[in-house]
Amino acid sequence: MTHGTFLRKITDYAHRADPYPLYAELRKTPVLRDDIGPYLVSTYWEIHGLLHDPRLSSDPRNLDPEAAGLVVAEEEDDPSLPPSFLRLDPPEHDRLRRMAMYPFGPPHTPRRIHDMRGELARIVTGLVDGFEGRDQIDLVDDFAYPFPVTVICRLLGVPRADEPLFHAWADTIVSSADPDPDADAAERRGAVRRARTELAMYMSELIEERRRAPGEDMLSSLVHGDGPDGRMAHSELVSTAALLLIAGHETTVNLITNGMLTLLRHPDVLKRLHDDPRLAVPLVEEVLRYEPPVQLLPQRTPLTDIDIAGVTIPKGASVWLILASGNRDPRRFPDPDRFDPDRRDNQHLGFGSGIHICFGAPLARLEAQLALAELARRLENPRLLEDPPPYRRNAVLRGPRHLPIGFDGVRAGREP
Amino acid sequence: MSAERGGGGEGDGSLERLRRDGRIVIVGASLAGLRAAETLREQGFTGSLTLIGDEPEPPYDRPPLSKQVLLGTVDADRTTLPRRRAIGARWRLGTAATGLDLAARRVRLAGGEEVPYDRLLIATGVRARPWPHPAEADLDGVFTLRTGRDAARLRRRLAAGPRRVLVIGGGFMGSEIASACRELGLPVTVVERGPAPLVGALGGVIGQVAAELQRAHGVDLRCSVMVTGLEGDAAGRLRRAHLSDGTALEVDLAVVALGAVRNTEWLAGSGLGAGPRGVACDAGCRAFDVRGLVTDDVFVAGDVARTPHPLFGYQFLSLEHWGNAVAQAEVAAHNMVSPGPDRRPHLWIPAFWSAQFGVNIKSVGVPTMGEELLIAQGSLAERSFTGVYGYQGRVIAAVTFDQTNWLDFYRRQIETAAPFPPVCRTVDRRPDGLRPVPADFPDPSLPTHGPTVTLSGYSPTDRRIVFTPARG
Repeated sequence: MTHGTFLRKITDYAHRADPYPLYAELRKTPVLRDDIGPYLVSTYWEIHGLLHDPRLSSDPRNLDPEAAGLVVAEEEDDPSLPPSFLRLDPPEHDRLRRMAMYPFGPPHTPRRIHDMRGELARIVTGLVDGFEGRDQIDLVDDFAYPFPVTVICRLLGVPRADEPLFHAWADTIVSSADPDPDADAAERRGAVRRARTELAMYMSELIEERRRAPGEDMLSSLVHGDGPDGRMAHSELVSTAALLLIAGHETTVNLITNGMLTLLRHPDVLKRLHDDPRLAVPLVEEVLRYEPPVQLLPQRTPLTDIDIAGVTIPKGASVWLILASGNRDPRRFPDPDRFDPDRRDNQHLGFGSGIHICFGAPLARLEAQLALAELARRLENPRLLEDPPPYRRNAVLRGPRHLPIGFDGVRAGREP
Repeated sequence: MSAERGGGGEGDGSLERLRRDGRIVIVGASLAGLRAAETLREQGFTGSLTLIGDEPEPPYDRPPLSKQVLLGTVDADRTTLPRRRAIGARWRLGTAATGLDLAARRVRLAGGEEVPYDRLLIATGVRARPWPHPAEADLDGVFTLRTGRDAARLRRRLAAGPRRVLVIGGGFMGSEIASACRELGLPVTVVERGPAPLVGALGGVIGQVAAELQRAHGVDLRCSVMVTGLEGDAAGRLRRAHLSDGTALEVDLAVVALGAVRNTEWLAGSGLGAGPRGVACDAGCRAFDVRGLVTDDVFVAGDVARTPHPLFGYQFLSLEHWGNAVAQAEVAAHNMVSPGPDRRPHLWIPAFWSAQFGVNIKSVGVPTMGEELLIAQGSLAERSFTGVYGYQGRVIAAVTFDQTNWLDFYRRQIETAAPFPPVCRTVDRRPDGLRPVPADFPDPSLPTHGPTVTLSGYSPTDRRIVFTPARG
């Protein structure tokens, strides 16, 4: 097999339902230069090492177009929406992430996620209540999408009614994270640029509203925040809020859907979860390893030549870290293709690792745990109606577009 | 596993017998002792297992004692260590071991009872170094902090609202105690004989950052000063401390944080290579006897052990580190019930952490070997940085203040003896990081606190060994 084919195979929609044999092939060469340009890193320890390597930048401005070959649509010249901390290096990254963490988690707001548990459970219960009288649902449209969107809207303070607006922008922007080498780059860049501008204007107005009339939400806290790092500049607020909104609802939907799909393919585990909802905790970790919603990180670049696994990745090159492949690396996880919620020492890469480790991970974990436990408890005899289900186009944020599930009935919800 | 593969007389089935129904005794029932016991069972040891500990409590975790327990967010009796598995052990808690008969393979207990063993693990750890004047140490209001009971007593006193707390010694323990006091809103004075807090562990450059950190949080920090005396009132309550600069402090609470003493006295005269610096053992955790011969039935793990490490010039390292206690206990336990070819060396890279004044401090390697220091990332002024220590042209250690995520990278640099100063470009390289500066470690005898890694042996290139035979 010639190497140039790997990148195209990963993005090739034909491999979307099961990319894992491809990753197994890829792992034979832990660091592989694809003919198109990027270096593909597919083994656990190499990915883990690079995620903790201060020579690797997340800032696309450090890409050298010549060394990188293919460059995915970037945002560096977009004045309406400057790079969020996802695409910045320390110290800017650290400062912005710290400020965003202020109203979200420890050390300053350690109880925020914990205190949302009751509200999350009520949303989940309400969605499943809505299945009564039906014998079939699309898990994505009827559950896995509306749940995290409702949550992120309430958390951030974004009106739920505006969902049709920002959903379209988010879809377009997220598609730019899909490095499809065959897509029409110029056309796509234009669409992405428009979506970004519109999202930025929307967020900007919302921020002004919160400035005048603050609420209990995170956006208000960010606008009025007065921590040791001061306040974010307006453009930083816009970028951060946009990042949280997009990331908060484009990834959890896949985590929940991938989780339910996996459970329906493993009825014994589904039965165990039905009998004991506490299994949801290790089970979600195993879903994050086995079917991670973010399959790869396509936007790193070395600040200097890096020697790794017998390969020198030159300064300025494009480095793709195939997280989903690292998660199936037999040198790290025994019997890696087995879905095993009892797996010990499960330090998966599902949320990444290092300084860019998923900001919303504690929320995503809780959402997925509550969602899967409730589905397992209440759906009678649930079954897949289509296997594999139809997938989204996106190779990076991978998950089913629809997940039709049949069932015999809905058990009663718990009294609140 | 086949017993036939064993060397050293194990081919006769004796190892199989040991694994099946041998007697293993662990002296020291804290972190290392417990993890060793669990590992022994995990490795299939089915014989009798006895854990001896001088404290009456089941094994508990110590790091929270100087943090959450002092703050009152966790009770001292709620830090019991989680168990990895059932160990089916005979527990002799609240009973100190007082002697060892190597030839007869017996541990003597306080009270005279003797416990026979086929394999022995020594994990007796360290204790707090007491205030050197016993009468002053007995004053009401003078504390040390090592055990759960110490922490509970100290917590009660802190909660009662002392006028001022005096912390004697500005090492990690002293600094964490001072941090807790400030978080509780208590006035606190830290007295350190060295030029800065943490200087004995991390050198003068980082020590200066620690000093500024303490002062910024309202600590009355006095460096290059000693406490020369503690004075009580007629009722025997602490009321004043006298300092070497001639001043006196009105205090009703003093915490002595002068480092640790290794619990090896019970081994005196046993013939093991044990002394104030710990119990010497080989990389496989087997204890040396006083002649320098390695034993095969006595193993050592945790804070009390001294082990040679190839990465650090084969010097003997004594580590007062949580992670080392766990890793070494696992290796020791594995080796206790494994034949020679299956045994493993304990080659842990020293690593520790501390939380104080809102900063998360972590370190890997042996900073005290560092001659030079480069602030590779971040900035000292922002108290968020990664410092890399160099020794003879290679990376020997690293320390981070609130930059934990990079430590893995520098640990690998240490493991691979990467060149120092590192020439590579990294994220967040600042003007601070353009050239190395002297790490500025004081003479080790100067600070009142010890480093958390002690080099307690000599490199073959050092010609300063003085042989001092024990008298009497």
